[in-house]
Amino acid sequence: MPVKPEEVRWVEPPRMGLWERLYVPAVLQGLGTTLSHMVRPAVTQQFPEEEPKLPPHYRGVHRLNRDEQGRVKCVACYLCATACPAHCIDIVAAPSPWPDREKYPETFVIDELRCIYCGMCEEACPVDAIELTTLYDLTGLTRREMLFDKEKLLSVYDQTVAAGTDPPRTRRGRLGPASEPLVPINQLGPSSGVGANAAHPSDNRTDSERTTLSPRL
Amino acid sequence: MAVITINDKDVELADNERLNLIQAAQRAGYEVPHYCWHPALTVVASCRMCLVEVGEKKPDGTLAMQPRVVPACQTPARPGMVVRTNSEKAKAAQAATLEYLLLNHPLDCPVCDQAGECYLQDYSYKFGRGYSRFKEDKIIRPDKDYIGDNIALFTDRCVMCSRCVRFTREISGTAELQIIHRGAHAEIDIFPGQPCNNKLAGNVVDLCPVGALCSKDFLYKQRVWFLKNTPSVCPRCSTGCSIVVDHHKDIVYRLRPRANPQAQGWFMCDDGRFGYKYINAADRLISPMVRHDKHTFHVGWEEVLPTLRRQVRQVVGEAPQSAWLVLSPWLTCEEAFLAVRWFRSLSPQTRLALGPVPVIGEDDRYPKDVHGNPPPPEKTRFTIRAEKCPNRLGVEAILRHFESQVQTFDAVLAAANKGQIQALYLTGGYPEPWLSDEQAKVLEQVGFVVVQDILPSAATTLAKYVLPGATFAEKDGTFVNHAGLAQAIHRAVVPPGEARNDARIFMELAERRGLPHAPTLRRELAAEVPFFALLKEGQIDPLGVFLNGKQN
Repeated sequence: MPVKPEEVRWVEPPRMGLWERLYVPAVLQGLGTTLSHMVRPAVTQQFPEEEPKLPPHYRGVHRLNRDEQGRVKCVACYLCATACPAHCIDIVAAPSPWPDREKYPETFVIDELRCIYCGMCEEACPVDAIELTTLYDLTGLTRREMLFDKEKLLSVYDQTVAAGTDPPRTRRGRLGPASEPLVPINQLGPSSGVGANAAHPSDNRTDSERTTLSPRL
Repeated sequence: MAVITINDKDVELADNERLNLIQAAQRAGYEVPHYCWHPALTVVASCRMCLVEVGEKKPDGTLAMQPRVVPACQTPARPGMVVRTNSEKAKAAQAATLEYLLLNHPLDCPVCDQAGECYLQDYSYKFGRGYSRFKEDKIIRPDKDYIGDNIALFTDRCVMCSRCVRFTREISGTAELQIIHRGAHAEIDIFPGQPCNNKLAGNVVDLCPVGALCSKDFLYKQRVWFLKNTPSVCPRCSTGCSIVVDHHKDIVYRLRPRANPQAQGWFMCDDGRFGYKYINAADRLISPMVRHDKHTFHVGWEEVLPTLRRQVRQVVGEAPQSAWLVLSPWLTCEEAFLAVRWFRSLSPQTRLALGPVPVIGEDDRYPKDVHGNPPPPEKTRFTIRAEKCPNRLGVEAILRHFESQVQTFDAVLAAANKGQIQALYLTGGYPEPWLSDEQAKVLEQVGFVVVQDILPSAATTLAKYVLPGATFAEKDGTFVNHAGLAQAIHRAVVPPGEARNDARIFMELAERRGLPHAPTLRRELAAEVPFFALLKEGQIDPLGVFLNGKQN
């Protein structure tokens, strides 16, 4: 839209006095700033030799959470895929093999290259099954390797739980209403922490584990 | 002309018009929420969701509203009536009913297939409250293990509208479903050992306003909000049910009936509903093929079309009387027209015939009586026709226009047996194998066979050229049903691989430029073949047009 002339307001620059026109004080002021930085502690981080200190709410690689029995928590409702603005989540649902649940994801693939790490998936998830972790340095040699499948995403969960780097956003293991047994709210016990379930059965590790997230984890 | 007032809007009723208040409000543009009422079923007024305030204007101009709310579904619209569908009282009654219906309803929308097209969700949003005040334990009724081959019942989601029960009693007449127990423990069930497996059973899934009855075929396949809906026509029998094709990313996930009083009414049969799978079949023909001696080669369209054009022209030029074009009753009218025009442009003496018309058994009419016998014709509410193809009438009309008598496929076989056929152009599109081995053996005597089909069959093995065509979900066109009702079908998905829609193949063979555009082709067809004269506008009403001018 063109700017109308009547909308344009002309501003005069402030007139400089003798002191400003000398410029020497301004030069000295600038030198002072430079010198003060020389004596301050350095803020540059020596990445990758040094671990950067990321804020705990940083949104990195996804993980698929497990329930108390070590099963995938996801109920394959597709709400993350619906919310995803990058269309990077691909789910195939199937009737679940467990009696207490009707539906589970047969496959769950996230294209980590396509993802924009906006966090809408974890916001949409009704059962807190998908979360973004603080892992940021994921690499792979092929595009195919960067399609993270269900096993890979569960292994991210295992790694982050073992390392104690649970995202602070998590409701610490309390399932959403869809996967809960129908128990009145007032009878629910205190929520159990995800970190507390350290003894989850080791899942069937697959090739996907070979793509390393980070050697430190 | 009678007038009824709905929320200060006046609605005119025609003489002798019988509407209930839901329909009258619809006409005024107001939605009255309802679960148990369905236009095709009897009224039970059991869900109490459609409560409205009614009253009337006194002669002295004052308004006298009844003190209590009444169900709109069983209150007939009377002249002079005043209805309030959105007054405080009506809204409070609707919200209270909805809260009551949700008392024992599980909050499993994320895993429920109905989510997205669920009337509990929609009405909660529009008429209900956003939270539940119910603090007590919900009554959990375990799901039924088995009630039918194609339908699954999630008992705890049911709101007891009894639509499914009334459907099996009134439309299919088979009465498998019933309500057992009472009050809050009521649930839908079957008689032991009598599963709901009638040929219309799939309709109860559409009728169910909530996620209690789900289709086993569609269960957990896709979320409904991803699906795109394309209006179309079911091709599995000559009833020509109006349907909606639900598809996502070029995969057809399900077919649903579309209400059309001119075609079939509200429903469709399970043969049609689950008969779409050949569209996604893995063995679909996906590229043109040429046979040299005993070997077939996949070739591109650019290669095959010029040689095919040249060869057909050569063979027809040598003996036009012995060149036959067989039009399948699965072709749309536009395709049949283009095919005939191309073939006749080679030589006016070429022969035309109708492909095999599959007829299985007899027309299956519903509702059945207690012994399973069909009803008398005047009480028939749904018919599955024996003729298992969508467009025999349309193709026949075109054949009759170009050749005084419609030659059947038997005539083709007889001529082939006598060695009178030099070239044969077969069009298929049948979802089932359509050429028996004996028939194929007869046709082996023909030297030059071109087959345009969708699936491998006995015909494709004897063809010199195989051209991959398209199914009904992959093309635009017109089907004419058993009663002469012309309905438009629309392209929902793209054909697999290199397959092309049949109209395009015929246009390329005739060296006509451009892509097929159904309305344009329809106008040409209407201008040339008088049977289709009523389609001269090009566009067809969503409910179809009776080509004989009959009004319904």
